[in-house]
Amino acid sequence: MKKHLPLLFLLLGLALVARSFLPERNKTDFDLAAFGRLPVVVNGRVKPVDTVARTALVVLQSSQSIAAPDETKLTPNEWLLDVLFRSSRADAYQHFEINHPDLLAIFSLTPADGRAKRRFSFRQLEPKIDELQRQARLAEPVEAAIRTPFQKAVAQLYANLGLYIRLKASMVAPDHQDFLSELLTYQKNVTAGVAAVRAKEAGQPYDAALAAQMMESGGRFSRMGELAYLLAVPPSDGESNTTGWKKVGDSLLDSFPTGQINPAIMVYAGLARTWKADQPKEFNEILRLYRAQLERNFPQSLVKCDAEARYNSAQPFYTAMILYVLAFLIAVISWLVWPDELGRAAFWLLGIAWVLATAGLLARMWLEGRPPVTNLYSSALFVGWIAVGFCLALEYIYRNAIGSVAGGLVGFATLLIGYYLSLGGDTLEMMRAVLDSNFWLATHVVTVTAGYGATFLAGFLAIIYIFRGVFTKSLDKATADALSRMIYGIVCFAALFSLVGTILGGIWADQSWGRFWGWDPKENGALMIVIWNAIYLHARWGGLAKQRGLAVLAVFGNVITAWSWFGVNMLGVGLHSYGFMDSAFPWLLAFAGSQLLCIALGSIPLAMWRSFRA
Amino acid sequence: MNPAVRSVRDFFVSLGLTVVLLALSLILVFASTLAQVDLGIYAVQEEFYRSFIAIWHVGGIFIPLPGGYLVGGLLLINLLSAHIYRLKLEWRKAGIQLTHSGLIVLLLGELFTGLWQEDFQMTISEGDTKNYSESFRLYELAVIDTTDPKMDEVVAIPDSKLAGAALVQHPKMPFRVATKAYFPNTTLARRDAAALSPAAAAVPVATRGIGSSVAVTPLPLTYKMNEMNVPSAVVELIGDEGSLGSWLVSPHLGAPQTLSHAGRTWRLELRIARAYKPFSLQLLKVTHDVYVGTDLPKNFSSRIKLTTPDGHDDREVLIYMNNPLRYGGYTFFQYQMDSSRGQTGLQVVRNPSWLLPYIACIMMTFGLLLQFGLSLRAFIAKRRTTAKPAVV
Repeated sequence: MKKHLPLLFLLLGLALVARSFLPERNKTDFDLAAFGRLPVVVNGRVKPVDTVARTALVVLQSSQSIAAPDETKLTPNEWLLDVLFRSSRADAYQHFEINHPDLLAIFSLTPADGRAKRRFSFRQLEPKIDELQRQARLAEPVEAAIRTPFQKAVAQLYANLGLYIRLKASMVAPDHQDFLSELLTYQKNVTAGVAAVRAKEAGQPYDAALAAQMMESGGRFSRMGELAYLLAVPPSDGESNTTGWKKVGDSLLDSFPTGQINPAIMVYAGLARTWKADQPKEFNEILRLYRAQLERNFPQSLVKCDAEARYNSAQPFYTAMILYVLAFLIAVISWLVWPDELGRAAFWLLGIAWVLATAGLLARMWLEGRPPVTNLYSSALFVGWIAVGFCLALEYIYRNAIGSVAGGLVGFATLLIGYYLSLGGDTLEMMRAVLDSNFWLATHVVTVTAGYGATFLAGFLAIIYIFRGVFTKSLDKATADALSRMIYGIVCFAALFSLVGTILGGIWADQSWGRFWGWDPKENGALMIVIWNAIYLHARWGGLAKQRGLAVLAVFGNVITAWSWFGVNMLGVGLHSYGFMDSAFPWLLAFAGSQLLCIALGSIPLAMWRSFRA
Repeated sequence: MNPAVRSVRDFFVSLGLTVVLLALSLILVFASTLAQVDLGIYAVQEEFYRSFIAIWHVGGIFIPLPGGYLVGGLLLINLLSAHIYRLKLEWRKAGIQLTHSGLIVLLLGELFTGLWQEDFQMTISEGDTKNYSESFRLYELAVIDTTDPKMDEVVAIPDSKLAGAALVQHPKMPFRVATKAYFPNTTLARRDAAALSPAAAAVPVATRGIGSSVAVTPLPLTYKMNEMNVPSAVVELIGDEGSLGSWLVSPHLGAPQTLSHAGRTWRLELRIARAYKPFSLQLLKVTHDVYVGTDLPKNFSSRIKLTTPDGHDDREVLIYMNNPLRYGGYTFFQYQMDSSRGQTGLQVVRNPSWLLPYIACIMMTFGLLLQFGLSLRAFIAKRRTTAKPAVV
């Protein structure tokens, strides 16, 4: 049994990975997955409807899982179908998250009225929307950085309600009874109707009923055009026309002179009717036909949309997170019992998780057509990836489970950070003009982020050194020496990456802003990591600090790296404004505090460390 | 060697000093980052880096820190003396030598940049041609002799001269310019004696030109990134026969004022300082692309026609983000754009030492790779001899 443990865990890990690639459960007869693969444009990017559904849910309620009031679970696509086509139901779904008690008071609600004590439905909020709007107007002139928590909550909820209302107007008219019949009637009458309106304007006799009907349609379409969140109508000349995507309402307005409604709009109207009437067969058939038509004009977009929907449902980083935790736990246990077998099992699990994370990163790179790091979210993924990569190498060389413990910990922690960063919306973002340079993203950004990862890893290894030394008897001379060498080796890489990355950043700045160095907060942050690594190396080379002192130094590297990764973004000043955030400030403080505690622990006289007590 | 001299030498050569200086620079960088929230980047650069002692204000407390010149200078001395006295020239140390040399190049590059770099901007509208760029912060009083319709004779007096309140004279001017009042940041309003604030009332009133009907209110200096200080001055022109009167000059006024003296016509204006170029740029077209359905900028580009008076250069260039134009020792960057008004803002930089960071980057990268590569090789060799064969 003991002998087969590594194999057992290897199979378990592989099974977890395989399970994540299975298609999602679908209890209905509707082909929800095919709907989820439809291409639309949001935030300048062609993406599958599936991504829209998931990110909207995450933005509204910080979670992709949603249930109807009768507790039936909904997939994100099912939820979106109700929002788009059957708002009578969607309005009752409790997907608006409100955490601020004063904000609830505006709506005369209490936590008890909400799902999980914090989620509320459109119907619950609707009666007091005017008051919310008034509060939002009051909060608006206040700079985002200095808003009170209440003002932030108001602005957030107001934006979320806006998102929901805009989503509803994206494919069919939000208050429609049967949009398809409405469109068919419109199509039949449009030529005569436009003539009637022209005649009216020219002061000639005209068909009053027809003209009024046209005016009404025009008003409805233009409202849809103003509101809609999605650019859901693809350009008729295919995917080479990247700017031709339109909102349904705008495309309908364009149809007045020609009387030709874009087929995609008829498809959406058909989907709406069959979804409302619970006709899965017809629904699936419409999707099949539309898909066949898209295949001709948008082959590459469809390949990417299919892959992205697949990526969404597989959630590789979620599975990797579980595997990292497993690897960490097993590696820690291996220090107590069965070091060889459990150590190997942990190594394998860490390896599987890392390969999965690699696949996830590659998928993102391919989808975006970009190097791995493009925003804060992907920087978290990459920091973890590089650190775990180093851990695998360390574990391969040393086989003492230290690499697996550190790897499991850092891998899990970075993916957790990534999870919280992903709550802001779609993580595959388009790059602003100044960042639109794959060369510099691939060189400067990747090396600097690798520097973060290596510095963190050195810090975590140092924490292992301190904890094992202070609390256990397991830090014998050989282990202490090995750990110290590991920390040193990783700091060497950290110094290399952060130094080169920082200078490359300077050169990029010289290329795009006209100066090599401007003491901008983000630049300063990177410089601080370089200086810190230099301090560690010089202190070691000069013999100014011994093993324990160096470990303490390495832990402080964590504080510095966290500061330059997130802290400087919270100041709200500087040129690197594409990564601003301030809500995580308490977390940053807590992290810094925990690291200072580790340092205090490491500063206890060696005579009191359990490992060194005589 | 004299023991006292030796101990001084040992101090400057020591790694202990290196670590202390690095730690001090870390604190300096951290403090300067926080200080930017209140002071803005420009003041922070002056206060923390272009100084020997920096004063960091935390709440009501003043904490003195060694400034950029002090820490940087000592680090340079420490580094150089370490190379002279401690680090031997040998192959094993080649990586460190190379890295440190790269660092020296980098620091010198920054020093030269600080000394020699000139920063200007150039705002051009579509169809317009310009042969000068304008300063970001500095102003000048232009005294222009417009008598000859074919050419203007310009005397530009920098605002630092005006602020110094000195009497300025120039062979091209038949009068001297005396500053009666100078305020580095001001706002102007129509003069209404009843509603004058005490600050505005204290400003001397100009006797000639539009200034007599204008109230000048001095403002505190601003350091915000998106605001500019706009000065105003009251200057008196003094000819051979005495005062010609005093004028209010300010970029706020919008249009220059004219005066006649000794049979010649003069134009007087306080404007943003200009730097003329031996070539001219004509803006043909600006393009501002956004991602479909969003306001997110995808690209800014300016199509420009570049010409020199001698006719040797006459061509079209495209300047866009991350792709500046380098010409005649100047670099033109896409900086701002107002596509609705067909206007582009270029940043114009002259930095003779711009290549040094590139060289430093290459030196330090190879230096570190060499150093760590050698350590890694030694480490692997050592493990080969001690470790048992690996089995997984």
